[in-house]
Amino acid sequence: MTTVGAEPGELAAERVACRRGDRPIFSELSCVVPAGGALVLTGANGSGKSSLLRLLATLLRPADGRLLWDGRPVTNDLGSYRSRLHYLGHLDGIKPALSVRETLEYGARVRGTELPQIDRALAAFALERLADWPCRWLSAGQRRRLALARLIAAPAPLWLLDEPTSALDSDGERRLLAAIAAQREGGGGVVVATHQPLPLDGAESLALEDFESAPDDPLTDF
Amino acid sequence: MRPYLGLFRRELLLAFRQGGEIGLALGFFVLAVVLFPLGVGPEAEMLRRIGPGIIWVAALLAAVLSLDRLFAADYADGGLDLLALSAMPLEGAAVAKCAAHWVTTGLPITLVSPFLGLLVDMDWYSISILIIGLLLGTPALSLLGGIAAALTLGARRPGVLTSLIVLPLYLPVLIFGAGAVEAGIAGGGARAHLLLLGALSLAALPLAPWATAAALRQALD
Repeated sequence: MTTVGAEPGELAAERVACRRGDRPIFSELSCVVPAGGALVLTGANGSGKSSLLRLLATLLRPADGRLLWDGRPVTNDLGSYRSRLHYLGHLDGIKPALSVRETLEYGARVRGTELPQIDRALAAFALERLADWPCRWLSAGQRRRLALARLIAAPAPLWLLDEPTSALDSDGERRLLAAIAAQREGGGGVVVATHQPLPLDGAESLALEDFESAPDDPLTDF
Repeated sequence: MRPYLGLFRRELLLAFRQGGEIGLALGFFVLAVVLFPLGVGPEAEMLRRIGPGIIWVAALLAAVLSLDRLFAADYADGGLDLLALSAMPLEGAAVAKCAAHWVTTGLPITLVSPFLGLLVDMDWYSISILIIGLLLGTPALSLLGGIAAALTLGARRPGVLTSLIVLPLYLPVLIFGAGAVEAGIAGGGARAHLLLLGALSLAALPLAPWATAAALRQALD
């Protein structure tokens, strides 16, 4: 059995394919995110960036190929792999009735984090003064900051971020870049899908091509 | 236990802060029972005879009414992704959510039921059987309801579909719940019915979350 990823903390996708229904999104795709490394996914709308992120997060099953963590298939111990990753999608799962602090505490609790770093997370994204606000009062940018603050509140060695800069102002982007840099310095890996260029030092880039993903008959398909 | 308690606590917080949802189910339960005497007439003998059945049917429908808050919001806002990647299996998340659903629906229904029992002229012995029956049977309503709520995620009219799926599953609970009170009134003893109600909830505890989690995984894919 060949293993692409064999270093501790290394994520590897080995010839993975993704299909939605009968339509191929991508296939024969391989990539490696070493510990401390970063991979930036680029591509047009519908090219499969979000699908690849969900696949790496094991929220989608690959139609073919496999994922390796520390050189071992993630399916060997799915729970252990999932406990090592943070996935931030387009939807943030933030509840309007909870406060900012409660949202971070909940996020850390369900991940089983014993010592959540709530105050550090609030400070990292300048949310201290909003800590007791209900989330329904937050702007779109503040919500995005809160979703990103979850990454700090419950540390994990792998971050999978889908358009993390959406709705962020320049200060928010600067704080995100600082958080990513700290994550990588600590030996963690980051995969980012983005339309906006992100200045990440030494990051690998993977451009996903449009894989003839348009449905044959959109009307009957939807 | 931390993830389970974290999810359970959050569900309670959300339910109490969005108090309308608890009030809606409870209000529906009370109104449905109150309307029956107005419809069938105030004859005490008839109300005593059909009262337990009315209360149980109203409890079932109130439980159905509240099922959409189990998973729909998490499915719509991405919270389900966080649960799928949490430190607990989806089966465990389903148990925690159903437990919170019971605390915010089944338990209030049980607590209000004695007053409604008096309204339909039930005696205290019958009411005591009704309370025990609801305590034993309503956990099954939450657990079985979780399956339907998960199966209908993403459906165009989830409310109607949920009712169609879950009401047949609720039939045994209704039969043994209403039957327990009737058996108690008839002097036959309600013990067997109550034991069966408890058995239904106990059987649903390991089986229903498994089915619910399978449906949630399907919704995530």
